[in-house]
Amino acid sequence: MNDQRPITIIIAIALVGVVLLTKLFLIQVADDSFLKRAERNAIQRVVDHPYRGLVNDRNGNIMVYNNPIFDLMVIPKEFSVKDTARFCEIFQISKEDLIEGYTSARKYSSVKPSPLIKQISTSEFARIQDYLIDYPGLFVMTRAVRSYPQKSAANALGYIGEISAAQLERDTVKYYRQGDYVGLSGIEGFYEKDLRGVKGVKYKMVNVRGVDKGSFKGGEFDTASIAGYNLTSTIDLELQKYGEMLMEGKRGSVVAIEPKTGEILSMISAPSYDPNLLTGSKFGSNYLLLNRDESRPLFNRPIMAMYPPGSIFKIVQSLVGLQMGVLTPNTTYACNRSLVACHNHPSPVNLFGAIRNSCNPYYHQAYRAMINREVSSSTFKDTEIGLNAWREYILKFGLGGPLGIDLYNEKGGSIPSSTLYDRVYGPGRWKYSTIYSLSIGQGEMLVTPLQMANLAAIFANKGHYYVPHLIKAIDGDSRKIPEKYRTKMDVGVDPHHFDLIQDAMAEAIYGTAARAAIKDIAIAGKTGTAQNPQGEDHSVFIAFAPKEDPKIAIAVYVENAGWGGRAAASTASLMIEKYLRGHITRPSLEEYVLAGKFM
Amino acid sequence: MRQDDLYINKIDWISICIYVALVIIGWFNIYAAVYDEQFPKSIFDLSINSGQQLVRIGAAFLIILLIMVADYRVFDNIAWILYIIFLVLLIITPFIGKEVNGQILSIGFGSFRIQPSEFAKFTTALALAKFMERPSFDLSTFKHQLQALTIIMIPIILIMLQPDTGTAMVYFAFFIMLYREGMPQRYYVLALTFIAISLLALGIEENLYIVIGVVALVLLLIISGKKKISRIIALVVLGIGIIAYSYSLDYVVSKLPEHQQNRIMVLFNPDLDPLGAGWNVTQSKIAIGSGGFLGKGYLEGTQTKFDFVPEQHTDFIFCTLGEEFGWVGSLVVIILFCSLLIRLVMLAERQKNRFSRVYGYCVISILFFHFMVNIAMTIGLFPVVGIPLPFFSYGGSSLWSFTILLFIFIKLDSHRIQLLGRMG
Repeated sequence: MNDQRPITIIIAIALVGVVLLTKLFLIQVADDSFLKRAERNAIQRVVDHPYRGLVNDRNGNIMVYNNPIFDLMVIPKEFSVKDTARFCEIFQISKEDLIEGYTSARKYSSVKPSPLIKQISTSEFARIQDYLIDYPGLFVMTRAVRSYPQKSAANALGYIGEISAAQLERDTVKYYRQGDYVGLSGIEGFYEKDLRGVKGVKYKMVNVRGVDKGSFKGGEFDTASIAGYNLTSTIDLELQKYGEMLMEGKRGSVVAIEPKTGEILSMISAPSYDPNLLTGSKFGSNYLLLNRDESRPLFNRPIMAMYPPGSIFKIVQSLVGLQMGVLTPNTTYACNRSLVACHNHPSPVNLFGAIRNSCNPYYHQAYRAMINREVSSSTFKDTEIGLNAWREYILKFGLGGPLGIDLYNEKGGSIPSSTLYDRVYGPGRWKYSTIYSLSIGQGEMLVTPLQMANLAAIFANKGHYYVPHLIKAIDGDSRKIPEKYRTKMDVGVDPHHFDLIQDAMAEAIYGTAARAAIKDIAIAGKTGTAQNPQGEDHSVFIAFAPKEDPKIAIAVYVENAGWGGRAAASTASLMIEKYLRGHITRPSLEEYVLAGKFM
Repeated sequence: MRQDDLYINKIDWISICIYVALVIIGWFNIYAAVYDEQFPKSIFDLSINSGQQLVRIGAAFLIILLIMVADYRVFDNIAWILYIIFLVLLIITPFIGKEVNGQILSIGFGSFRIQPSEFAKFTTALALAKFMERPSFDLSTFKHQLQALTIIMIPIILIMLQPDTGTAMVYFAFFIMLYREGMPQRYYVLALTFIAISLLALGIEENLYIVIGVVALVLLLIISGKKKISRIIALVVLGIGIIAYSYSLDYVVSKLPEHQQNRIMVLFNPDLDPLGAGWNVTQSKIAIGSGGFLGKGYLEGTQTKFDFVPEQHTDFIFCTLGEEFGWVGSLVVIILFCSLLIRLVMLAERQKNRFSRVYGYCVISILFFHFMVNIAMTIGLFPVVGIPLPFFSYGGSSLWSFTILLFIFIKLDSHRIQLLGRMG
């Protein structure tokens, strides 16, 4: 029935074979234009990397820029030199180096470019530029390497590095390619999208060996790269560098904030490192070294280290007590040292006196009044309700969770809730005597130095703050920074309660931190000493100045430096004077701080 | 031992030799496609594709061994079960499979992954053979036509959902088998004419070859028909329809948004968009075209080495061959493919039962379609469709499914005498 059909199928198969072979013959043998296109005119897609944005400090001093580095490249096959001596003179290379460089280039590939002289300076480049034309097979390749001229603020600025496989996977819009450099931490990481710019594409004609033969169709299909935005940092480089100098040989943090705006004037993490170590080809080996360093220079202490705040927390307690109505300026408690240890001062004290003298028993008793409001007949239940209600007040001070600085990996510290104690002791099995350490900023409470500085800003502003941030303008436009850095945050305490607090803090300088006092500048501050079971206590100090029109709020945390009135207060005082006056009038205090080594 | 000798003699060694030759040439080409002259690695290196493909070839030989020692009746018996199992796998693939480039094609655990759409080809072939084996089956009745079509369309629809248009298209190749089994000629005349007219109407010079081929086929069909007068009447009616259709097609295309028009046109003329949709074909043609008569020599290809050709070890593997072995290399491979296909037609025709013959033609249909479309797209004769070149392209699923497909037929063929007794 279908006798002819198998034949038809066989003919069809043969026919397809013949058609394919004919077409193949036409393009492979009869037409040599494809061979020529392959030899000369292959089109290569070349990504045009944009210029990464720069970072300036608040006064226009450059913090990060792109350092052009020139490599003299050689294509061995095209390269020829008639007068070797002259060549060596022009390019300032010894004959041995030239031969060695050429040989190794040749070994790599005779047709692909290899570097002959690496990292030529800009002035060198300008000099040799005119001679290049005389030597075929030589050209200069430009690379940009991130450079940090001030060697400062390493942890705030962060670094860039090759994109990881995980990051590539997360990049759903497929912007990045393997081998691309991205900001990995710090400002470089957080503002990656602003700094990176937009890649362009160039279609180049390359010959079969990959050698450039000009742009495809005169660049009709090319798109130019768009340079990244320049950022203006809130950091005052001079203050930052001064602070870094003061913190040399110490372990800790200094954070200074402009209270009116939340702009971070300086953020010092000590010990630190030279940011230039993490650039270019040395990135990998240097990163390993820094990462292994026992002093943990890569650990960004201001936002990642968490400590019990110690006595500085008493101010927050005072404010919350006032707002709750538990405390009035006239509330008086005896300095009853059977409750908790204290030091010698007149007793009993009112609220002003309690702040000025940092009286522990006062806050033990005041905190009990805040927690046990007798809303429940069970003291356990009453404590639980009281703690959670109190915690709501505290969280508004930007504690117990990340503030939202423009850096990744910010830690939030912790303000314990009833859940924590339920977990540790069991529900209904803990009461005020379990949690009283919180009254003086100890116990299960942790804050970061950034949060401490923010507290100082809140006290200076009488009850509000702006989320601390490191960038004040993108591409010169302050409206391009995230909305939250321009939003006023209210802590829910009436401004008039702050008057007494500010006065007491100004007085406290003369009580517990006499060293911090500066002639003609009114400083309000509070010392703290956080107990450290592992060794010497940590030294804490927060302050703002001038008291009547605060321009700087600061927190200094020096690990293992002992009593807060000493190292921390002195450092803060010097920073304040440096910022407000521009110079230091107390060289002896500066020497004292510089001499302190607490590592 | 005498028995064994006899069995070995019954196996068709000609097709097996061609198969082995194609697999080996393919493997060398995969190595050439990934070869990097700066950092040469051994062809056996497991960190590169050729090494991994060797493992898969080894597995393919194991599969062959299993098929050859299996009971020949098993394929007949499990045809429906396999068909249904793979339909279920196709249904669940989008839910449990791994997404690659917006398609979810493969399922499996860890590094062992298979593409059900590849294997469903041979299960569909078995099901068709089983279905058409019944003595009462007659393709000239509309009911049976529809039933056969349903068996083919179910996997097509499921694969389109993945979505993998290229692989789904392959299933239309079963119409070659249906043609042999007596599907009325008029369908084919209509379909081929339709294709030819569409191409002509879009005004494509590049594809003149397809048009010539199609016209030749149509003529062949008409000549082989018997009722000549009615054919001529049909042709006249068709002629009028053609003119109307080509005008309407032009009209429809001109009404599409511009970017969609471009997308259609670029399928036929890659030079319209040399950097976008036309990139693959342009680069592929440059690679093959630069091969010349004798080629640049093994591992001496430059276009494939500089990554100009995308997918060069999978769907565009023919580029490496064309570039490094020239027209002579292409000639050898195309002759090998055509010989294998023609040999398989001969084997299919010598089957004494319908199950084996239908299955044989299914194998021929699928291999023929892959071979034709894959090579045609690398030289710009056909729009780019992502389907592999049988036995050549890198990848386990494709190699294994083609191997299973082919060797079940070789197995059935080796038992054709026993199977004779089963004819109703």
